[in-house]
Amino acid sequence: MAGGSSAAAAPAARRGGVLAATAVMTALLAVAPFLGVYPVFLMKALCFALFACAFNLLIGFGGLLSFGHAMFLGTAGYVCAHAAKEWGWPPEAAILAGTVAATLLGVVAGALAIRRQGIYFAMITLALAQMMFFFYLQAPFTHGEDGIQAVPRGRLFGVLDLSHTLVMYYVVLAIFVAAFLFIYRIVHSPFGQVLKAIRENEPRAISLGYDAERYKLLAFIISASLSGLAGAVKALVFQLASLTDVHWTMSGEVVLMTLLGGMGTIFGPVVGAFAIIGLENYLAGFGQWVTVITGAIFVVCVLAFRRGIVGELAAWWARRKG
Amino acid sequence: MSTFKRTMVGLAVAAAVAAGGAQAQVSDNVVKIGVMNDQSGTYADLAGPGSVVAAKMAIEDFGAAAKGMKVEVLVGDHQNKPDVGANIARQWYDVDKVDVIVDVPTSSVVLAVNEITKQKGKALLVSTGATSDLTGKACNANAIHWTYDTWMLANGTGSAIVKTGGDSWFFLTADYAFGHALERDTEAVVLKNGGKVAGKVRHPFPSSDFSSFLLQAQSSKAKVVGLANAGGDTINSIKQGAEFGIVRGGQQFAGLLVFLTDVHALGLNTAQGLLLTEAFYWDLNDQTRAFARRFAAQHKGAMPTMAHAGVYASVLHYLKAVDAAKTDDGTRVIAKMKELPTDDPAFGKGSIRVDGRKIHPVYLFEVKKPAESKGAWDYYKVRATIPADQAFRPLADGSCPLVK
Amino acid sequence: MDVLGIPTQALFGQLLIGLINGAFYAMMSLGLAVIFGLLNIINFTHGAQYMMGAFCAWFLLERAGIGYWWSLLLAPVIVGATGVVIERTMLSRLYQLDHLYGLLLTFGLALIIQGVFTNYYGSSGQPYRLPEEFAGAFNLGFMFLPKYRAWVIVASLLVCFGTWFVIERTKLGSYLRAATENPALVQAFGVNVPRMITLTYGAGVGLAALAGVMAAPIYSVNPQMGANLIIVVFAVVVIGGMGSILGAILTGFGLGVVEGLTKVFYPEASNTVIFVIMVLVLLVKPAGLFGKER
Repeated sequence: MAGGSSAAAAPAARRGGVLAATAVMTALLAVAPFLGVYPVFLMKALCFALFACAFNLLIGFGGLLSFGHAMFLGTAGYVCAHAAKEWGWPPEAAILAGTVAATLLGVVAGALAIRRQGIYFAMITLALAQMMFFFYLQAPFTHGEDGIQAVPRGRLFGVLDLSHTLVMYYVVLAIFVAAFLFIYRIVHSPFGQVLKAIRENEPRAISLGYDAERYKLLAFIISASLSGLAGAVKALVFQLASLTDVHWTMSGEVVLMTLLGGMGTIFGPVVGAFAIIGLENYLAGFGQWVTVITGAIFVVCVLAFRRGIVGELAAWWARRKG
Repeated sequence: MSTFKRTMVGLAVAAAVAAGGAQAQVSDNVVKIGVMNDQSGTYADLAGPGSVVAAKMAIEDFGAAAKGMKVEVLVGDHQNKPDVGANIARQWYDVDKVDVIVDVPTSSVVLAVNEITKQKGKALLVSTGATSDLTGKACNANAIHWTYDTWMLANGTGSAIVKTGGDSWFFLTADYAFGHALERDTEAVVLKNGGKVAGKVRHPFPSSDFSSFLLQAQSSKAKVVGLANAGGDTINSIKQGAEFGIVRGGQQFAGLLVFLTDVHALGLNTAQGLLLTEAFYWDLNDQTRAFARRFAAQHKGAMPTMAHAGVYASVLHYLKAVDAAKTDDGTRVIAKMKELPTDDPAFGKGSIRVDGRKIHPVYLFEVKKPAESKGAWDYYKVRATIPADQAFRPLADGSCPLVK
Repeated sequence: MDVLGIPTQALFGQLLIGLINGAFYAMMSLGLAVIFGLLNIINFTHGAQYMMGAFCAWFLLERAGIGYWWSLLLAPVIVGATGVVIERTMLSRLYQLDHLYGLLLTFGLALIIQGVFTNYYGSSGQPYRLPEEFAGAFNLGFMFLPKYRAWVIVASLLVCFGTWFVIERTKLGSYLRAATENPALVQAFGVNVPRMITLTYGAGVGLAALAGVMAAPIYSVNPQMGANLIIVVFAVVVIGGMGSILGAILTGFGLGVVEGLTKVFYPEASNTVIFVIMVLVLLVKPAGLFGKER
């Protein structure tokens, strides 16, 4: 799907801008708990921001709309929660286990789905996610709709006591920033450039000698793996892994965040995730109207600003400058 | 997509505002009650906004304003998802300084909220949540389980039906933890009383079409079709059962979790003859009738369910305990609640066991035939009363750590 | 005689039940296939429109005293008209874009419609009386077949055949099919293609509403009734081959039967079996059983 800001501006200046913006974002997030923002809310938003960034890697830069990304988020959550609670693994090992599980699932799902495009790709990912949902519904270790509850947060590397909200928060923030920079690095690597070339014109990329399927599969796996990281961290933050995270509505949610923030932009998914989570948090008292508002955002985004918040801002900035 | 909106604060309703001088021992001078339930989904009618009405009635009847106690009610919609419920609970305790959470339908959610309440040392009064684990392995010093639980439902309906000749059962079970628990508990009761189980089928949750499962129930030739599901699933099973002639063919439905509002939605034509167990019915005696009429006047004319009655009674008793203990510290108020005898118009006089189980009589009801009903909401006749000391799981069997 | 431990008699009953559910899948996926065929839009709103059909019938009965038979005619027309408005004001702006935008837009619309209905009518559902004519059941020997369910099969076969006939065997249908292939050329022949597209969307939505009216007496009329169905119907359309009319009909009935059998042998999986089939079919035949690769 087209959209997002094309990388037409001078790359070096642009990179400096992005790094500066990342630094500002990190600084803001680092002081936010002291400005009265509820840390649990921030952690939740950060987990979803990471999830959306991972999803964006696939759709924004690979042009592949997955309608089943919840399976990676949820799988990692379950594995991480199970490892931490039942096997008593330390948090770093539990998070790693969750991420690895999501990566492996990504290899299998990717190999099956990547051969199809557009709507068929969306449908096959949806179908696989539904099958995973069924598996987690039936598997005894997930405790069905009760979920895995009271997951211990433990001590990170045996030192940091994560049961303190603020300690947990800064760990989550560190993980998020690291993953964010990793994604930025990927997008601007030769690999990312080839991916974009495939998105724009697959036959041409193939004729240039690139093995398009291999690139797409790798992008899919990285995306799955980072989504898994988000899911594993989320399970520790909320001390809970539940069916909500594998349900197809969760897959729809991440599409919404990315679409609202701006597909194919670096900061778009972060903005989108904070906007949607904030909306859900503060409008929740209005019951089902939140669903209506969410729907309306979808409609308005598709009809009026397909580039999303960040995409539109970037375009406006570009117009103003030139 | 019912997006999981993290309901944090609903409408904060200042229920009673008193002049200064409130008790200094009450944190920030106000007792904050969070009513958490399903405000718009499957369980919205049987608990939902009605529970908020019930909580406010309790505050009024306690006379908080006259006693100089300031009480506020917050409302949260957990959408039957444990993650949403856990999130609301955390935010309520951490940010909004809520002292007690009440109602909480859906076993998975109530278990999650129970865990957080224990961690934070607050108080939890469960009315609609059904799992008997609350007074079993998840039992702690911060929760009271008021109205009913899966053990009581299984015991009430199961043993009564077997004793009246319904000795072969077929279970139609919702395929999730709550359905399984209900099926397991009822099966045990049926077998213990000398009945047998002819078969069972687990349907995906939620389902809209039950015809296939009903045919299986029909061909099992069991005398009783036990519905180990809830809400819309139960309603649809009974409705479609009528269509396929389950009752006409000589079989009988046993609703293992049916509320007054479900019967209201089904209509007497379809629901007649259904057997069910409840802890409260509005038309039991003068006290319940008076309570129910006042409730209905504030709730669009709908009579209270046992869930509503439980919220009312538990909040009333909680406030009495806060008043007596001169504190709103969760652990201490819960301890005080167990110490004080209970007395309220909905359940009469009763007590709370050390494991947090509220004890009162429960009733086996039969749904009236349309001809027997004298008007709207006149739905039940009492088939049997199970005395308080037999209605709930014996203290020793729950393996609650508080029981020594 | 037993098949895998299930008496043959009981199996017949289950097959019949499967066909009845298949009838709904067929009608729903038919509408989706028609819309996709001409508009290239995956209509995620279809489930919500099915729900609107059921609510419309309920309204007509409760507020205007208009019974089942008139609802069968009126509800599809009314809901179809709302579809026309949606197509004119929103969908028509998206034809130049990727399919995925159509999917996202209709997904959003579905959320709005479901949310609004839930706000006004709650989610426990409104009962819709079974028409008097259909009270009772046929005793087939191996099962009681409620008269209404028998009618559902008959009616849906008629609707499916009618739609197939219009599209494959009439002049109007030939314009439609031609417009799918090359709209510019058909426009050049003097056919008003945009209007045809609008009406097609209206008709597809009308089919969903019709299925909704037929579902009203069996299931309770509630705002979420379409939300879970839509995912299954998607799968049906994808398996049948997107845009293939015949594929949608046959797959609809076929999967109803498969699902029905799953309910006997492994009931917990009955919601999932369709997705397993979908993955398998797409791996072997990428364009679905009856579709052609676009």
